[in-house]
Amino acid sequence: MTAVDIRPETKDRSIVAPPRTTVPDRTPPHGEQAQARRRTGVLRTSDFLAIFGALLASLTMTGLLWTQLAPFTGPLGYIVVSWFLFVLIYAVLVSFDENRPTMWDRVSSVTVHSLGLVLLGALISVVVNTFVRGWTALHHVNFFTQDLRNAGPLDPLTVGGIRHAVVGTLIELGIAMAIAVPLGLVGAVFLHEIPGRFSRFVRTVVEAMTALPDLLAGLFIFATLILIFGLDKSGLAAALALAITVLPIIIRTGDVVLRLVPGGLKEASYALGTGQWRTVWHVLLPTARSGLATAIILGAARAIGETSPVLITAGATAQINTDPIHGPMMSLPLLSYTLVQNSQDNMVARGFGAAATLLMMVVVLFAIARIIGGRGAGQLTARQQRRRAVRSRRDAGRYQKRARPAQPIPAAEAGAA
Amino acid sequence: MPAPPTQRPRSLRSNLAPSDRAFRGVARGGGATVLVIMALVGTFLAYRAWKALHKAGFSFLTTQDWSPDAGQFGIAAVMVGTILIALVAIVVAVPLAIGTALYISEYAPRGIQRTLISLVDLMAAVPSVVFGLWGFKFLEWKMTGLSRWISDWFGWIPIFKVDGVTRHDPLSTPTVYTSSTFIAGVVVALMVTPIACSIMREAFGQAPPGEREGAYALGATRWGMIRSVVLPFGKGAIIGGTMLGLGRALGETIAVVMIISPVFAIQSHILQNGTSSVSSLIALHYGESSPFALSALMAAGLALFALTLIVNFVAASIVARSRSGAVSEA
Repeated sequence: MTAVDIRPETKDRSIVAPPRTTVPDRTPPHGEQAQARRRTGVLRTSDFLAIFGALLASLTMTGLLWTQLAPFTGPLGYIVVSWFLFVLIYAVLVSFDENRPTMWDRVSSVTVHSLGLVLLGALISVVVNTFVRGWTALHHVNFFTQDLRNAGPLDPLTVGGIRHAVVGTLIELGIAMAIAVPLGLVGAVFLHEIPGRFSRFVRTVVEAMTALPDLLAGLFIFATLILIFGLDKSGLAAALALAITVLPIIIRTGDVVLRLVPGGLKEASYALGTGQWRTVWHVLLPTARSGLATAIILGAARAIGETSPVLITAGATAQINTDPIHGPMMSLPLLSYTLVQNSQDNMVARGFGAAATLLMMVVVLFAIARIIGGRGAGQLTARQQRRRAVRSRRDAGRYQKRARPAQPIPAAEAGAA
Repeated sequence: MPAPPTQRPRSLRSNLAPSDRAFRGVARGGGATVLVIMALVGTFLAYRAWKALHKAGFSFLTTQDWSPDAGQFGIAAVMVGTILIALVAIVVAVPLAIGTALYISEYAPRGIQRTLISLVDLMAAVPSVVFGLWGFKFLEWKMTGLSRWISDWFGWIPIFKVDGVTRHDPLSTPTVYTSSTFIAGVVVALMVTPIACSIMREAFGQAPPGEREGAYALGATRWGMIRSVVLPFGKGAIIGGTMLGLGRALGETIAVVMIISPVFAIQSHILQNGTSSVSSLIALHYGESSPFALSALMAAGLALFALTLIVNFVAASIVARSRSGAVSEA
């Protein structure tokens, strides 16, 4: 121990009393109860009463309007009108108790909450409606194992399925991404790594192209490849149209993601004497990997759901076709679009089933994107950190083996340390 | 001692390694390829559209009919239809997007914030055909009651008027209210809300905490704080997100095609059956078109592209110039 004892040495303990901590008397003074803990929450009974009162009043008033004064039909109208009345009545009720700013606070809070609920409700309604109406078709196994070539308009749902569209979608998506991903990543790296007048121009053009209505990409492919060069309406044409649609999205998102990589990392790499290419390959891309993966997967989710370019370029068929160059190829959005316009209930159910399948594929892609991405550039998961640590230890071992044998440390110094 | 030599700045020259030179070459090549593809699409469309534009001249902007082979064609009706649908969509989507963005960034409990953000992002990824199905088979018949009520009681406002219906006529069919601009606009609104919402939310979340606490310290309520700190801070993002949503709404095809029933006349009554939009025009007519008609379709598409382009660039410049705009990219 190196600490020096600075307490004066006292031989006679009876003269100097050791210091003591005095504990104050904690018993409450006479006549006072122990204080109840104050609630710091802001909700009071009157708030509940105001909300529920306003809700009840608006519902009944709308009922009155509905039946007596200004008749209308449909639950949607009822909800919309009662909501407006609810906000109005709630404002009046609160203004009895509170001052003006508090009233505005309450009213805006109610409004914001209900707007959030509306969007959430719409999303749930879209998803649930698709699955419920598609369920009659979805729960037959043949829906996923057959194509529609034998299914006439009046055939039951136990005949025919959407296998051709699933296969077609996957082929088209595969080709489109095989073109768009490498080109998109190179483009994003170009915009980020080689700044200058040319890359500014490219960035402007790419940003302009994100505004291109997706239909026009299809029209372009239709007018060039199909009408001029005589390609069939085929999976390849559709995939090219999709690639044109997704390319600007991937480049733009990728550019944004690369910009988030901390400059210090790159500078550290350059300071160690690394060239530009090695810095890009070993520092820039690995650091931005999760963000880039998210950009690609969201691009894929966009491509998988695009109907309009496919509508123009892919043609329609009821048979499975795995050859992307010859003959029309069906895809899920297009199939869904064509089937629901049929007048037969079974066909409509198949259309909803196709849409539900498409939705599931998008959700899966999206979930993958969330798992990979969702963290900032350079933030690692626990597993990645462990792996890096192992690699770094291995490197250290290698350096040690290569270095000339270290001088043995003198025994005396070792003992002193 | 000799005088020190006058110092001149060294000329900096980096000696690139072969691998770096190759990398720069590939990157430039990739950039150039992207540029060529994009330029090819643009110029080809413009070139093919030129024939039709040249023949139609100025009447392309004023004619409502669409029969290119007879020489009578123009985008007056479809453009008005497109813009009206987009406007309805924006009028519905903007309050919804601002409200949801505020809810997520200000009101929602911390625990569910990330889930809500994921849900909104997921909604942006839902394919348009799914929204189209929902609008076509589900929402349309739910909306007719509301449409009828609005037109009955607010029919004196010109855009809410519906022709051929008398108020409270029990025999009037609800079909006049279907396939209308209003319904298509509402469905498109749900598609653009998540896009606008995520831009706004990002900006709201970045409002400086010091200013927020300052507002609270001065006795502001939560709404007072939002109104005096968060909304002014996010103003650029609100405008930019709205414009980006507008750009998307203008170009939306499938959901609109599924809902509206095409009419080639300027339809300014948004509640009434029948309207038209540029993209639905192309989607419905590309198949049976002669080369000249195709050229006319491309001219219409090009006009739409020009409109979207203007909207997007205005949006981008507003977002970039705002205080919160540095990081809020779509």
